Amino acid sequence: MMAQPLIDLRNITKSFDGTVVLDDLNLAVAENTFVTLLGPSGCGKTTTLRIIGGFETADKGQIIFDGEDISKLPPNKRQLNTVFQKYALFTHMNIAENIAFGLKIKGKSRAYIQDKIRYALKLVNLDGYENRSVSSLSGGQQQRIAIARAIVNEPRVLLLDEPLGALDLKLRQDMQYELIRLKNELGITFIYVTHDQEEALTMSDTIVVMNQGYIQQMGTPEQIYNEPENAFVADFIGESNIVPGIMIRDELVEIFGARFACVDKGFGTNQPVDVVIRPEDIDLVEPERGTLQGVCTHLIFKGVHYEMEVTTPDGFEWLVHSTDLCPVGRQVGIHVDPFDIQIMNKPASEDEEAVGVNE
Amino acid sequence: MSKKILAAPYLIWMTGFIVIPLALIVYYGLTDRSGAFTVANVASIATPEHIKALWLSLGLSLASTVVCLLLAYPLAMILRNRGIGRSSFIVFIFILPMWMNFLLRTMAWQTLLEKNGVINGILSVFHLPGQNLINTSGAIILGMVYNFLPFMVLPVYNVLSKIDNDTINAARDLGANEFQTFLRVWLPLSVPGIISGITMVFVPALTTFVISNLLGGSKILLIGNVIEQEFTRGSNWHLGSGLSLVLMVFILISMAVIAKYDKNGEGSAF
Amino acid sequence: MNRFLRFLRRTWQNFYLVLIMIFLYAPIATMMVLSFNTSKSRTQWGGFTLHWYSEMFASRNIMAALHNTLLIAFLSAVIATVIGVAACIAINSMGAAPRAIVMGITNIPMLNADIVTGISLMLAFIAFGISLGFKTILIAHITFNIPYVILSVMPKLKQTSRSTYEAAMDLGAGPVYAFFKVVFPDILPGVLSGFLLAFTMSLDDFIITHFTRGAGVNTLSTLIYSEVRRGIRPSMYALSTVIFVTVLILLIITNFVPKKRGNKV
Repeated sequence: MMAQPLIDLRNITKSFDGTVVLDDLNLAVAENTFVTLLGPSGCGKTTTLRIIGGFETADKGQIIFDGEDISKLPPNKRQLNTVFQKYALFTHMNIAENIAFGLKIKGKSRAYIQDKIRYALKLVNLDGYENRSVSSLSGGQQQRIAIARAIVNEPRVLLLDEPLGALDLKLRQDMQYELIRLKNELGITFIYVTHDQEEALTMSDTIVVMNQGYIQQMGTPEQIYNEPENAFVADFIGESNIVPGIMIRDELVEIFGARFACVDKGFGTNQPVDVVIRPEDIDLVEPERGTLQGVCTHLIFKGVHYEMEVTTPDGFEWLVHSTDLCPVGRQVGIHVDPFDIQIMNKPASEDEEAVGVNE
Repeated sequence: MSKKILAAPYLIWMTGFIVIPLALIVYYGLTDRSGAFTVANVASIATPEHIKALWLSLGLSLASTVVCLLLAYPLAMILRNRGIGRSSFIVFIFILPMWMNFLLRTMAWQTLLEKNGVINGILSVFHLPGQNLINTSGAIILGMVYNFLPFMVLPVYNVLSKIDNDTINAARDLGANEFQTFLRVWLPLSVPGIISGITMVFVPALTTFVISNLLGGSKILLIGNVIEQEFTRGSNWHLGSGLSLVLMVFILISMAVIAKYDKNGEGSAF
Repeated sequence: MNRFLRFLRRTWQNFYLVLIMIFLYAPIATMMVLSFNTSKSRTQWGGFTLHWYSEMFASRNIMAALHNTLLIAFLSAVIATVIGVAACIAINSMGAAPRAIVMGITNIPMLNADIVTGISLMLAFIAFGISLGFKTILIAHITFNIPYVILSVMPKLKQTSRSTYEAAMDLGAGPVYAFFKVVFPDILPGVLSGFLLAFTMSLDDFIITHFTRGAGVNTLSTLIYSEVRRGIRPSMYALSTVIFVTVLILLIITNFVPKKRGNKV
């Protein structure tokens, strides 16, 4: 898939006190990409990042960085830097001293360090903050300093562990754009950990969805959103209707007795499958024009759209997002365009549900 | 408005039993028996006998403070890095002797160090010559370290356990090796605890008369012994107060040092 | 290689912990062993006996000192708690400047050397014409205990929100009723730990008691001091053992018996 990955995790296994956190994880990250590890808490995303950073040692497996095995190197010998979740700034130093920390360790000249501090502060839009104390900065500003402190060392990879988690919504959105800009200006690889799917979709080149120590799916934001490979990904990314169906033949699926045209092939004939339909992809039409019929049972105004629930005779409640209002109690038809239907294999067992799908 | 009345008993009490008594020391310290103003009491610190006691006190208390710090810092570091909670039993074990009666702790060492005490008894079992342990400067330092060690461990441990793991990780991440991390991050961040520990050991060690009395015999006089004798043997309260004023100068210096380095009270032990 | 170094470091750390532990507890353990020794010698084991314990409990001096110690610790802690809590409420409603002055005075006995506090009180008692005895010890102990109460209660009081107190007033409670029903339960943990701290500080004190006691009135500390200077009797070892075990049990109860509002998350 990639010519020469910058970071290559091979068969990484890690457990804490007998609980397996990562199980035989394989992940390749290309140079100059924005990769997001996305998943619920406890899925192993932070552990993966800490193993790359060198703060945890994997029980098994290798970390290859630019063709070299760095599994045994301590954090201070690795050519990458981390932006920590709670910033981890040194409170006994001022801003300039914080940023200079890594450069002083490397024995850079005073002039070089001064230049770098000025450059980094400009980059994160905090010019002139050199002599401020850490405690005088707001959360968002501290976050920028943490980033500045990391990037002055010119790492080839920047690891970010939920860096925006502690910020409020507006600031978080501003920082998202800021991070994209930084990534483009610096031209380095970002590996970003978050549990916020919107954040992941906004910023990433590649999203790695993780759950229970396994990679569930890896792909571009569009692939992850539009073509989830299993129910977990479909459920975790955005809202979706996941319904049981039967693949009659290629490009035709039956849901609750009604046949929908779709674009998926190769599932065999009369195979039970899971069908994912996004709420915004459902068109509510006149009952006789719909493939399925139901009654609108719930209506909430959400600002950009209405959120509705349509109950079909089998008892399933379809989640529908639309800018057109359908009052509670009205009979409606459900129509879905073929390319908006995503077919997934049914998980045969618990084990298979969790199998990594990145091969 | 009415709430402030509640401070009245406290203010009256503290005025009567803290402020006035301290003023009395100043008064006694700066007057002679006839009530006339004099600096002779304070100046008497310069007499060979007194200055010797003061130097000895400073020397022994400094030595025991240094030993306490050298023993306590690694201990606090190990306890913190084991990630055992602040309320855990292991930490409790190292703080517990602090709550033991001070005199009992000193008495225990007398038992061990005496001429026919436990240590010499053990030595004689192995046919080794008995050592002269008690009534030496070493015995006094040992007594001070034993009594005041927990007062150093507690504040240093408190400060260290508040340092976030990621702050340490950040230093490593930015290229610092273990030694550099210690020097540039651990140490400066634990300064409030170290300062608080130093004063909690230094002040009582400097002013003690109990340890020197029980473990130093009558030959070794510290400044605390000199002052205590002026009062309990009823000889000269004016002289004793004058010497106390000298002692208070050292206490004021350590208070000023605390105020400088520990603005937020982070290093306080309680 | 890496694993071996980690093992080596951990072993060295364990060794260090054990070494300090021995340093801290060997003297205490020695006294405990000697308290059961029939022989008066410190180096020869003459067989197990409880004789020194019965001697200790039969000694009128020791029992009187124990009685004084506990009574003074209890009374001084109670009185210091009452005065201290009242002061906290007042201090909390003060402006920045008077508060700084009051807290400054509060810090004096904590930072001052005990010997100076002791002799200053002694001078004051004599100047006021109060004869030295049980009550002067009690007054001295209350004096150095109040700051511990204030330092324990003040942080809790700062945490309590003003609005709950105001809500209680809004619902018709008088200030006193509102305080005891709404604010007091919130600061109770601080009050209790202040009380316990004061109680232990009083139990442990020797130096200030030494200067403020009158002839014939002893606490355990002053009794031990005079006994030790005359030569230690084995009943003193029995006494230390009893005190050590009591303190240990008390501290374990206060530290490790789960509190109502679970302090472990």
